[in-house]
Amino acid sequence: MLYAPTNLHIPDGFLTIIVSLIFWLITIVMVGLAVSKTNKSLGEKQVPLMGVMAAFIFAAQMLNFPIAGGTSGHFLGGALAAIVLGPWAGILVMTAVVGVQGLLFQDGGLLVMGANIFNMGILTAVIGFGLYRLVVHQKRGVRLVVAGGGAWIATMAAALAASLQLWLSGTTRLEIVLPAMLGVHALIGVGEGLITVAALAYIEQTRPDLLNAEKTTREGGRGWIVGSVLVTLAAVLISPLASGSPDGLERVAENLGFLGSGQDAPYQILPDYTIPFLGETAVSTILAGVVGAVILMGLLILVGRNLRRRTEV
Amino acid sequence: MHVDVFDQFHFSESRVHSLDPRVKVVITVAFILSNAILPDGSWLALALAWLFLLLGNDLSNLGLGFTLKRSLIALPFALVAVSAIFSPLGEPLADWDLGFMILVPTDAGLIRFASIMLRSWLSVQIAILLVATTQFPDLIHALEHLRLPRTLTTIIAFLFRYLFVLTNEVHRIQRARKSRSARLPNVRGGGNLGWRIKTTGSIVGQLFTRSYERSDRIYQAMISRGYTGHIRTLNPHQVKSQDWLVLGISAGMLILIQLVGWIL
Amino acid sequence: MPVKHKTPFELIIPECEGDLLQIQDLHFAYPDGHQALRGINLSICEGEKIALVGPNGAGKSTLMLHLNGILGEDTPITIAGLKLEKGNLPLIRALVGLVFQNPDDQLFSPTVFEDVAFGPLHMGLPEEEVRLRVEEALAAVGMDNFGSRLSHHLSMGQKKRISIATVLAMHPQILVLDEPTAGLDPRARRSLINFLRDLPITMLVSTHDLRMVADLFPRMVIMDEGKIVADGQTQLLLKDEDLLLAHGLESLS
Repeated sequence: MLYAPTNLHIPDGFLTIIVSLIFWLITIVMVGLAVSKTNKSLGEKQVPLMGVMAAFIFAAQMLNFPIAGGTSGHFLGGALAAIVLGPWAGILVMTAVVGVQGLLFQDGGLLVMGANIFNMGILTAVIGFGLYRLVVHQKRGVRLVVAGGGAWIATMAAALAASLQLWLSGTTRLEIVLPAMLGVHALIGVGEGLITVAALAYIEQTRPDLLNAEKTTREGGRGWIVGSVLVTLAAVLISPLASGSPDGLERVAENLGFLGSGQDAPYQILPDYTIPFLGETAVSTILAGVVGAVILMGLLILVGRNLRRRTEV
Repeated sequence: MHVDVFDQFHFSESRVHSLDPRVKVVITVAFILSNAILPDGSWLALALAWLFLLLGNDLSNLGLGFTLKRSLIALPFALVAVSAIFSPLGEPLADWDLGFMILVPTDAGLIRFASIMLRSWLSVQIAILLVATTQFPDLIHALEHLRLPRTLTTIIAFLFRYLFVLTNEVHRIQRARKSRSARLPNVRGGGNLGWRIKTTGSIVGQLFTRSYERSDRIYQAMISRGYTGHIRTLNPHQVKSQDWLVLGISAGMLILIQLVGWIL
Repeated sequence: MPVKHKTPFELIIPECEGDLLQIQDLHFAYPDGHQALRGINLSICEGEKIALVGPNGAGKSTLMLHLNGILGEDTPITIAGLKLEKGNLPLIRALVGLVFQNPDDQLFSPTVFEDVAFGPLHMGLPEEEVRLRVEEALAAVGMDNFGSRLSHHLSMGQKKRISIATVLAMHPQILVLDEPTAGLDPRARRSLINFLRDLPITMLVSTHDLRMVADLFPRMVIMDEGKIVADGQTQLLLKDEDLLLAHGLESLS
């Protein structure tokens, strides 16, 4: 892979349909809103600006900085995009990036893309922009610190969300994946925060017109502040709760029927499940045999065709 | 850079290549969805699905093992699903005492893990097949036909257009930085981590500013040619009878896979 | 400090058997199969100023990127007696100062001062030494008070000079410039040429600007399709019109 293999891009098959659907709904609503809002604020300039910005984020994610002993860190960019371009444009840009990464490079699945966009685009926009908006009229130092902190929190929140999605789908055990994800991203988040701060400082120096208080307040109202604070609080509260007493949460989830979304292991299905029109399991065994034979035959045919083609060429 | 590394399209004259892109996108998504619906442990159904995939590989004249070779990149994320093996549902298979925690793999957990890996592996491959047999501009057209908002698809088109330009820029900057990253013998160098991060940060800031200004110039070029906010494109795609046939057959196969998965 | 530059008219190429840079039969192909270098042999002595000319695609930039190990890892290149291999690369990058064609690639720090300081800082030099080198380098390119300026706001000519300063601050043994006058207006170009003339350092410069070559460089190397097709006295080579024409160059008369 040419670019940052952040372990936040969830592939297909790792989330259940229900979880995927829930996050697709949230994402569709937010992206739809983003399209109409940016249309109003930017007009015709909207498309070339966000297209090139999306390419920029993509390219920036390829930058690496050496940490120690051969490892290097990478940059996600969601918070930066939201702060400088405004939250709605930030969401659109990250949607395009995640979309192309999934579609073209199989970095992140197609069915689960709603969740990926939510984690890496929407959460980062809400937290990154909202917290910055809170201090937009403060001194430069305060603003930069909050921006960096916001980027860190956004990274952690994305990791938390991904962990919860994976757990709700029955793909992982919470007490194993959550500390690992949060731990790793606590470090990655530091890099993200610092790079965000350095980039913002540079942009403010060279193009102060792109990053001034008046512009920022225009791009998003106080609702974002509320949203960011709520999400941050939620993240802060859930994380220790989840890592600390996962059994409690699991019991709750089991009672709600969430875990594995009702997909039981087959050994449980076979003895109890009676197929009305097929009758006993003997028939289904024969059918299984037939299907198996068909598959084998199909494979042989395909391999045969290919070998023949290769000798002909 | 001489290699256009962002071109995942592999040219070939094949029935799959000439299919309407909309049909290909629908089949791809349906295939992934079908696998997701199947219950854990539906090995026969997944094998059938794999056969379907191999058929696609074969019909696209790209070689039977085409997608297989390229699917290994998805492997690293597998680590995340490993903990599914220790799912509390099901009969325990062993008892591993690691000291700070006790791991109990279960049969249901193992089946679940294998099912996740297989589904994921199949999904990655069909996605690879999709982009290998469809030019990206056609893919974008397909998304538009499938009612994705015009704004979003045009942004994606611009992303694709300028991706190479910008990543090339990043590549050259990295080269320039490497060229000045020298060390003298017996002198501790490299700067500290904070300094390296700061440099990376200002590179990001630079890139942003340049990209922003580039987009201004692009916008000016666009309005000079009459752009008023709506990009018009010709529709080069007509769904032919061949496309309906393939769609129908694929739907049939996916239904068969579902039947096998749920009943057997 | 290297040998002082002599004007092109009392031309003597020093016989030194390449004490600074030696390349023996270098081949290179890009990952996509394109064979960019087909057997390059080159020797450079201390104090020489050499122009590298040829049509686009001849392999000039490819060759330059080999000189500090950006391209090609196991290469038959020796610099100041050091074989170019992975372990030596950090040191070689202090010896070979490579300045890229596009100054935007070269200037990536917030201020001019920090950009010029990047090299020495990375080398681990003490703060006082770093400051001294930055001042020297900026003075050498005639941009003394530009330290606190933002590179983003500079003109093309200014950026090109600062780019050279970023490399000079590392005290390289050989300066390798990729098309230094490209994109400059006549005034900036003249200014840069004068600057290069007065810089007492071994130089390998790739360019399309034959007038500058005639002005500044006693020795000229012509590349075409990955090979060196001529290597000798600039004066003589510039008179060979057939040779120039055959390799995409226009004579000056």
